[in-house]
Amino acid sequence: MSAVHGLDLRLEGVTKVYPGVVALNDVSLQIKAGEVVGLLGENGAGKSTLMKILGGLIAPTSGKIILDGQEYDAFDVKQSQQAGIAFVHQELNVFDNMDVTANIFLGREKVRGPFRLTDHRAMQDLAKPLLDLVGARFKPDTPVSSLSLAERQLLEIAKALSMNARLVIMDEPTSSLTLSETNMLLKVIADLKAQGIAVVYISHRLSEVEECVDRAVVLRDGHKVGALERDEVTHDAMIRMMIGRELKALYTPPAVAATRPVLEVKDLSTKGKPDRPASFELKAGEILGVAGLIGAGRTELAEVIFGVGEKLGGKVLIDGLEVKVNSPADAIAAGLYLVPEDRKRAGLILEFPTLENVTMANLPAFTSRGLVSRERQIEVAEAQRVALSIKTQDVRRAANEMSGGNQQKVVLAKWLSMNPKVIIFDEPTRGIDVGAKAEIYGLMRSLADRGVGVMMISSDMEEVIGVSDRIVVMKDGVITGELPRLKFSESNVLNLAVGKVLEEA
Amino acid sequence: MQKKDIGLGVLIIVVGAIVYMQNPLFLSPINLGNTANLIGLFGLFAIGQGFVIMTGGIDLSVGSVIALLGVLFVDMVGKFDVAWPIAVAITIGLGVLIGLAHGILITRFRLQPFVVTLCGLLIYRGIARGYTAESTAGFPFGSSYPQLEWLTIGRSFGVPHSFIAMLIVAAVMWVVLHHTVFGRHLCAVGKNEEAARFSGINTRFVTIAAYVICAVLASIAAIYFAMFTKSVQPSSHGNFYELYAIAAAVLGGCSLRGGEGSVIGIVLGAVLLQELQNLVNLLGIPSSLNFAVMGAVILLGVLADQQFAAYRTRRNTERALGLLQKP
Repeated sequence: MSAVHGLDLRLEGVTKVYPGVVALNDVSLQIKAGEVVGLLGENGAGKSTLMKILGGLIAPTSGKIILDGQEYDAFDVKQSQQAGIAFVHQELNVFDNMDVTANIFLGREKVRGPFRLTDHRAMQDLAKPLLDLVGARFKPDTPVSSLSLAERQLLEIAKALSMNARLVIMDEPTSSLTLSETNMLLKVIADLKAQGIAVVYISHRLSEVEECVDRAVVLRDGHKVGALERDEVTHDAMIRMMIGRELKALYTPPAVAATRPVLEVKDLSTKGKPDRPASFELKAGEILGVAGLIGAGRTELAEVIFGVGEKLGGKVLIDGLEVKVNSPADAIAAGLYLVPEDRKRAGLILEFPTLENVTMANLPAFTSRGLVSRERQIEVAEAQRVALSIKTQDVRRAANEMSGGNQQKVVLAKWLSMNPKVIIFDEPTRGIDVGAKAEIYGLMRSLADRGVGVMMISSDMEEVIGVSDRIVVMKDGVITGELPRLKFSESNVLNLAVGKVLEEA
Repeated sequence: MQKKDIGLGVLIIVVGAIVYMQNPLFLSPINLGNTANLIGLFGLFAIGQGFVIMTGGIDLSVGSVIALLGVLFVDMVGKFDVAWPIAVAITIGLGVLIGLAHGILITRFRLQPFVVTLCGLLIYRGIARGYTAESTAGFPFGSSYPQLEWLTIGRSFGVPHSFIAMLIVAAVMWVVLHHTVFGRHLCAVGKNEEAARFSGINTRFVTIAAYVICAVLASIAAIYFAMFTKSVQPSSHGNFYELYAIAAAVLGGCSLRGGEGSVIGIVLGAVLLQELQNLVNLLGIPSSLNFAVMGAVILLGVLADQQFAAYRTRRNTERALGLLQKP
């Protein structure tokens, strides 16, 4: 690929005013070639507005963009592309019905001959060095459907590079990656940096930010509240700036020590790992963290317990009694609920009003003489809105008008309006900002203190270590180890996740 | 009543007024009675189709079901002297079985609704033609079934009973769709089956039930059509009726993506379709242009609806922004 010539991009006093809202207020920022800049802020802090301005999707109300010494009032999409600014989005925009090359050159296909037929060979030859550059081990003709999430992420970066990117903006690139995949991505970022390509790294995962950025810029309520140099980028400093106050320690101990097992899983085997059964128990009043690499079978295990997936063998006991769970309805009747991993696909019906989402699992309870009473639905939804401080003007409004954190609260409200004994959270805070995360953790703790058994599957190491009372680690369908709070550490969790045995200290 | 339904109602009145001005016969009791009868007949099975469409599916077999069950019903009553209430029960029972078969193939065996019911369309039509050896099934000369005729083709105060039957079915289905747990579950499954399943909704049952409702209403319609035409020509009876049903449901605001629709809308859709048929007849437009007129009006209707919806969204956004700007 062609040599990248140095980038010098400055924003000066950029302000964006929407009717009634100042999304960005006098923000200045400089990005130079070969720099990795962390962009931090809670949801709604103005990060995406800033990115849209750089991408040429919206024009700032005032302020200047200065690129390589030339001043612009605003970019348009074309100018942004010509400047070499590329995006790698959180929600991947890859087409899994095509191969890698076709994805990279989508919309910019190389053609040849009088009939302008696509030139696969030429495109593959161009794709190969790009894939090498990002450290991808797949080939240009690999179908995207066979790639893992992390590999798709690399594909997106390769695509960005194919447009001669000088600045790659990554928005939450690791939100669905495992730890090892994340490390691979961080390595790719270091490689890009070495090539003189600038990276803007947006993430809620502060430990990654700490690891990979040269500088961090923190936005809050549209203002730039601070910039941190390399040696100042620490976890605490970042959180302090993002929320404007000290965040309480993540961990709150339980009100009373948990003793009575509420959920016992014995030799449960799933379709994905039929010969590798899992056994564990969950006590009433505790938060049990379930750690492991992606593909360890955690989600599958949860779905089998909840009756969505097919159980091949083993038993599930609630309060010491075996329950036959063949469908989610059986699980729900037994007081066992699941807050699924993919909120938008399985957690709620985005187009439906909040009140319908909250009452959906328990509609028969809202009927009199066979007819659904909307008044009672509203009553219960309203009560949950207040109890969980869900930010919506009206429970009759559709769920897709809310932020991710609030949508997650709606999923929770669905179960809390009933009578939970066990709630399984699968990646409960994926893509949710720091403030809302803390609220979700608070809710989990108060549930546990009410005597509910809380099981939390999470790939976020900070979360697993910070929130759980006890951790079990899974690998290939089996529980490879259990850690009491005293033995919590990243290395212990990781060692168990890759199947090593812990040395007794 | 939803805004869409009101829009459709207005369209019906406007078209009616235009036809009346061109040809006052439009509002003559005879024409109104005949049109009402057709609205009743077509409305009956359009409502069932609407339920299936709301699950995100489609039932292409409706016309063939009407032909097959029509042939069988006429033969049972006319040829084999089965008492008519029993024949009605058997016909509806067959409707249940057909609906179950569709539903189970679609849910258990995960076949696509389009494919399953397309095969149904071919199979039922084929059986009807094979069973009759292409001959027309009819009642014996001079036979009469006073009660059955009163129920199906009778009239009270000039109102055809088929129309009243449709209204009763519509009222029941309106309650079912908009005010029962099943109705909510139906919309939930149509909008996001996965989330519905994760909420403990028995999505298979809901989907199967929708196909059963559709086939049962088609079987009731089959009886009404058989009594109305008195004889059933197996190769042409009910041809394209599934398309009328889909058209009525779509005009009535059902989204083919599932999850949306209203019973009132479907009924109004059926009314508009018959009004258009009537328009072609009364305004002296060659009846060969029938389909073209209907297609054009549906297209315009759906297009206009889309534009209005976009306009409403825009206006609401502007209003919300206006509120924000005020101190």
